[in-house]
Amino acid sequence: MTTMKKAVLASALAAASASAFAADCGFSEGRVNIVGNEFPAIQSVGKAAQACANGSATVETNLTKDHQSLNVAGMTGNPAEYTSAIVANSSIVALMNNDVIRPLDDLIASHGQDIPKKQLITIDGKVMAVAFMANAQHLVYRQDILEQAGLEPPTTYEEMLSGAEKIRSMGILEYPLGGAYAAGWNLAQEFTNMYLGHGGDFYESGTANVAINNDKGVATLEMLKALSGYMNPDFLTHDSNLTSDEWYAGNVAMMNMWGSRTGNLMKPESSAPEVHTNTKVGGPMTVAGGNTPASTLWWDGWTVAKNVSDADAKATFLALKKATSPSLLNDSNMGEAVWMIDGYKPAPVNEGVFAAISAGTTPYPMLPYHGLLHTALGDNIADFLTGKESAQQTLSDVEAAYTAAAKEKGFL
Amino acid sequence: MLPSALAMLVFIAAPIVSVVIQSVYAPHEQVIKVVESCSIFGCTESTTVDQEATRALRDAEPLGRFVGNQIYTDRNHLATEEIAVALSEAESFGEFFDKATNLPFYNALSFTLTYTAVVTPMAIIIGFFIALGVNNLPKILRGPSIFFSLLPMIVTPLVGALILFWMIDSRGVLGVGLQNLLDDPTLSLKASTPMMWVTLIVYGIWSSCPFAFVVYYAGLQTVPQDSIESAKLDGASRWQQIWHIVIPHLVPLTTFMALIKIMDNFRVFEPIVSFNAQAHAQSLSSFIYSDLGGETQLLSSAAATSVLTIIGVVILLSPVLVRTYRDYGNKR
Repeated sequence: MTTMKKAVLASALAAASASAFAADCGFSEGRVNIVGNEFPAIQSVGKAAQACANGSATVETNLTKDHQSLNVAGMTGNPAEYTSAIVANSSIVALMNNDVIRPLDDLIASHGQDIPKKQLITIDGKVMAVAFMANAQHLVYRQDILEQAGLEPPTTYEEMLSGAEKIRSMGILEYPLGGAYAAGWNLAQEFTNMYLGHGGDFYESGTANVAINNDKGVATLEMLKALSGYMNPDFLTHDSNLTSDEWYAGNVAMMNMWGSRTGNLMKPESSAPEVHTNTKVGGPMTVAGGNTPASTLWWDGWTVAKNVSDADAKATFLALKKATSPSLLNDSNMGEAVWMIDGYKPAPVNEGVFAAISAGTTPYPMLPYHGLLHTALGDNIADFLTGKESAQQTLSDVEAAYTAAAKEKGFL
Repeated sequence: MLPSALAMLVFIAAPIVSVVIQSVYAPHEQVIKVVESCSIFGCTESTTVDQEATRALRDAEPLGRFVGNQIYTDRNHLATEEIAVALSEAESFGEFFDKATNLPFYNALSFTLTYTAVVTPMAIIIGFFIALGVNNLPKILRGPSIFFSLLPMIVTPLVGALILFWMIDSRGVLGVGLQNLLDDPTLSLKASTPMMWVTLIVYGIWSSCPFAFVVYYAGLQTVPQDSIESAKLDGASRWQQIWHIVIPHLVPLTTFMALIKIMDNFRVFEPIVSFNAQAHAQSLSSFIYSDLGGETQLLSSAAATSVLTIIGVVILLSPVLVRTYRDYGNKR
């Protein structure tokens, strides 16, 4: 056997043994099955959890865009099919409403003292989830176009509007603004951002009675309409994916975009050099002289199902604790998200999310009935943006649609 | 007899019964309590469902609370109250129509009915002429032309619509082509409601005329050749032959196709999703989809819309069904 062959064989063996000897996660029995969304950061966590499989312990993952339509159904049975769901602050609500996730306090007391307190999500004094990354929408801009037009990166939506007018009047771009304004979830999210930026409250305090048909609601809609005037006329069909495509094509100079997507926007293979080298991020913008940014903060975290055996719950807890511990982070996944894990080193693409956190942005509302209002907003706002009806009419339609749905669900 | 009756019971009757039951029950009153919730972003006062208290209600009535027709008549469905108000306040039919179509169910119904009423006959007529054309081609060309005519049906509806969605984009091939053709650089098919309706309807015709074509093409092979021969001898023109011999021969096929296509078109769904057209057009099916697709699923609402869809299909099909039943009776 030549030296060359020996070397190849040795490295092959090393590779095989690396995968055969699982990571030591502190358990050797139990069943772990994780359902969650599909994007790079969560895939990294899923892979790290799978490395915990050993002995009779199994670790499976089902990471898919359709996780929200699977997780409640898959955790309702007894025993539950999924022992854990990876969720965000909006989607944990459906799991809590259906009472399918368990408080983690006892598991933390016996196995999780080393989880940093900042990662714990507590509701009514009970830990319901452990967060591992943060996300927010913030400004993304083209440095070259702003310089050409003699503009500073905007810090308010009013500056964004005047900047857009200048870029258009100079003939640089006809539609200088972008935004995920697709009717439905995306548009409702933009309303939520802008309404919080105006300092609005969605409900009468402590109740499920909606209260958005007010001056702040009208101002929010007017601002969304003003911005949409500088967007590609097809804006009501553009979700985050299509808005990113517009950015890659170099058609957009400024937009409010998710922090988790900025990594792709700056990738050299995604667009022409003048686009990706000039793509820069800023903090979230404020509106109407307010101090609270017109954006929302999000976390992604993991939960443990209620209807599983103690052994499975322990295995799930330990596998995910390991998968979101500092040992997860390496050079290739460091930039995938704003990790809330010790040892994380921020990259320039993540500055927007950090700016959003430090500027005191409001977290997305974690209320049992807010999903219904989000849907009602998404179904109705387009009627105002297309000019079919007045702002007041649109807001009263939203309130009526929400009220009917909330009555059906037993919240009112 | 028994196996088929059993199959009908399991696959047709049972699901419909379960949907009807679902639509008259709603989830329990949720007991809400104010709590403090904390994350890395700080602590805020928020509300949550009191599971202990709600569980007692749930155990007492596992099906949920019985609400009768309340879901059917609420604003998100038949909206009886709102319609009554609109009827008494509206000064003209136009104003009433505007108010009614501002309600989500009637908005979805208006698009669904328009779509069904236009796409069904257009697809059948165009399919008929394609079949006539292909049938008259020399034999060697028929194979390839049948294949190409079937393409819209071979392509998965969701994918076919998505491809068109890109092509009609204001920066897409067809979008820019139309802008040049009409000399209007701001033209966008996706930005205005009427244009979006036209686009969806054109897509519907494009994707469903191959079905009519292939059925008619098969039917044309069974047209009695001696009737055609004798009509020719009597000096009938080509149009006279088609009008007096071919079309009457194909009437039963047309009834069959109208049945299938009305049912299909009334359930229009894929193009609305693929074209991201929710801002401009909703159908009954997309309405059900958005009830089930939100972060909080509205099962009772979706069930009520499903029952209303079934009733709608039955009403639309009743003329065709009555006719088929009569024909069947006559033949016996």
